[in-house]
Amino acid sequence: MSALTIPIRKFDAVIVGAGGAGLRAAIQLSEAGLKTAVLSKVFPTRSHTVAAQGGVSASLGNSEEDHWHWHMYDTVKGSDWLGDQDAIEYMCRKAPEAVVELEHFGMPFDRTDEGKIYQRPFGGHMSNFGEKPVRRACAAADRTGHAMLHALYQRNVRANTQFFVEWMALDLIRNAQGQILGVIALEMETGQVVAFHAKATIIATGGAGRIYHSSTNAFINTGDGLGMAARAGIALEDMEFWQFHPTGVAGAGVLITEGVRGEGGILRNSDNERFMERYAPNAKDLASRDVVSRAMVTEINEGRGCGPHKDFVLLDITHLDPATIMKRLPGIRDISIQFAGIDPIKAPIPVVPTCHYMMGGIPTNYHGQVVNADGSVVAGFYAAGEAACASVHGANRLGTNSLLDLLVFGKASGDSVVDAVKKNGAAHQDLPADFAERTLSRLDRLNTQKGGASVDETRLAMQRTMQKHCGVFRFKDMLVEGVAKICEIEQAVHATEIGDKSQTWNTARVEALELDNLIEVAKSTMVSAEARRESRGAHVRDDAPDTPAHPNGRDDEAWLKHSLWHREGSTLSYKPVVLTPLSVETIALKTRAY
Amino acid sequence: MDAAEQLNRLRWRCTRRAMLEMDILLGGFLERRYASLTPEQADAFVVLADMEDLELWPLITGKRECDNPLQAQVVAMLRDVRIK
Ligand SMILES: Cc1cc2nc3c(=O)[nH]c(=O)nc-3n(C[C@H](O)[C@H](O)[C@H](O)COP(=O)(O)OP(=O)(O)OC[C@H]3O[C@@H](n4cnc5c(N)ncnc54)[C@H](O)[C@@H]3O)c2cc1C
Repeated sequence: MSALTIPIRKFDAVIVGAGGAGLRAAIQLSEAGLKTAVLSKVFPTRSHTVAAQGGVSASLGNSEEDHWHWHMYDTVKGSDWLGDQDAIEYMCRKAPEAVVELEHFGMPFDRTDEGKIYQRPFGGHMSNFGEKPVRRACAAADRTGHAMLHALYQRNVRANTQFFVEWMALDLIRNAQGQILGVIALEMETGQVVAFHAKATIIATGGAGRIYHSSTNAFINTGDGLGMAARAGIALEDMEFWQFHPTGVAGAGVLITEGVRGEGGILRNSDNERFMERYAPNAKDLASRDVVSRAMVTEINEGRGCGPHKDFVLLDITHLDPATIMKRLPGIRDISIQFAGIDPIKAPIPVVPTCHYMMGGIPTNYHGQVVNADGSVVAGFYAAGEAACASVHGANRLGTNSLLDLLVFGKASGDSVVDAVKKNGAAHQDLPADFAERTLSRLDRLNTQKGGASVDETRLAMQRTMQKHCGVFRFKDMLVEGVAKICEIEQAVHATEIGDKSQTWNTARVEALELDNLIEVAKSTMVSAEARRESRGAHVRDDAPDTPAHPNGRDDEAWLKHSLWHREGSTLSYKPVVLTPLSVETIALKTRAY
Repeated sequence: MDAAEQLNRLRWRCTRRAMLEMDILLGGFLERRYASLTPEQADAFVVLADMEDLELWPLITGKRECDNPLQAQVVAMLRDVRIK
């Protein structure tokens, strides 16, 4: 196949991803009359947004007094001051409108007796600038993400959005002036490669948690949009920041909610000791996520892990009344029986800290426009949702802020596209002659590679390396070694071999192409983490400990800045954090303590 | 579509689910049990795999009844899938 024979389809805009972010953006485009194509690896309502159960935050103040400024404060503090305060103000101010809009789209939120949207408390949500907990999370039972996707999808059907389901976008098309002109994509059913030529392209491909061995993310989260952006010469921002959840089922990754410890669950090591008493004498097992995760890793590293490989700890609820477990934690019992083979009424659940959320991503401003390292806008290119870094989560995301992020910045990116397309008129920019060359040679290599590495084994090696060298708790020497190992694995990724060379539904090919993206995410993570010589939010290093000069190991003089990883030469540059909000005063730097 | 292509498509739909729980269960089942199913059981499995995750999970945990005995048989086998 050559670029000359690739079919070209023209749209005003193409969106890669049909999760919450992509669907929210698509509504803006289609309702404004733009001819819009949405590509997705799976049917839209099978996107990973379905997995979100906890809720979406907005200072509606339905249950008690609340204010967007308090929400903003919590988000800046949660981000350990790495979040951009203009974007955070924008998101928190827009939150009530975004949630009410969703309600109008048909989202079945839980309600109060007076018929208002019901709000529940959630970790990190406080009133009056950190004073006391406030009810800010809006939910639809325990299926918030599912209900959200269905509401957004229906709205898109009404607006005539055109979906390309089970299509995988492979690369961005970029011209010599740096403008993005669409994507090249593979139709899985036929194996056909097609160019989607567009005036605007939005990446909304979600997370990339599969770079780690233990992850709560579904298999689909392979960071495709980040790989595409990196290959097109766009830097990736703040990739060292990944949120880990303390309690994923060992070996499976499936999430066990914090609610279990809330009901009295206790973490124990191989000596059957309630070790959290040593690390957090007051909060104990209910200390914050990062504190608990680090304590667990320390226990495992010091040889007090459980099981034949001493590589997990135990979450014990056997002392609770079985009736309580059946009544309050039925879902957890189901998960434990299914994925650990253990009935938690009778025996404790094996758990490990598990990768959960990617704070970094494709750098954007709060309009959803992708930005270069110098702050200028990349023409024709937008991003939203977990794939983007606006940056509202900074060094650590607050629970329920990601569903909000995808609503607010999905819409903002859509609005930006509508403005740009209206302003720039009817014509498409010409495609460069070699627009598909790099993609086709990647496909060609896969078809002809001999004596190469297995995709499964290479991916596993990458995942193990990330888990061991760049996990919850990071060590200088391990990071240095990790960079070398990941570079070695990268070579294997560029020489993977697949047995199946067929055209139709060739899942082996698709998995090899996904691995091309995973490795970009893994490498950017390892390299950025090795370089950042401080502890901040989710990035915690043993050589940057808590000292009076640097509480929690955070070093604002040297490191209050965003990392930008450039694929070419694997180099880093840095850009300042935006400390000036849009309308209010800056939220001044403080030690993050709860 | 030939049988190999059909199986590949099923593999994609079993391992790119909305929820990790279902990737593990359906993907594991396809790899380890699917080949030994009777044609009727295989058809029942395809129907299950076409469901949304939040419809399927209550069947697996027994919170909801299966539509027919054949489906119940396959769901029981699905429950047996354990992590490698
Ligand atoms: C278990 C779990 C629970 C969570 N709970 C909460 C919660 O309670 N509250 C909260 O705020 N957040 C929660 N989160 C985080 C939140 O769910 C995600 O950050 C968010 O849903 C991501 O949405 P998205 O639209 O960016 O991506 P997704 O919903 O992941 O969608 C990505 C889309 O991109 C498509 N895609 C990807 N690559 C390609 C490609 N190459 N070609 C074509 N299409 C592609 C996919 O098919 C999919 O349609 C949770 C996350 C997990 C894992």
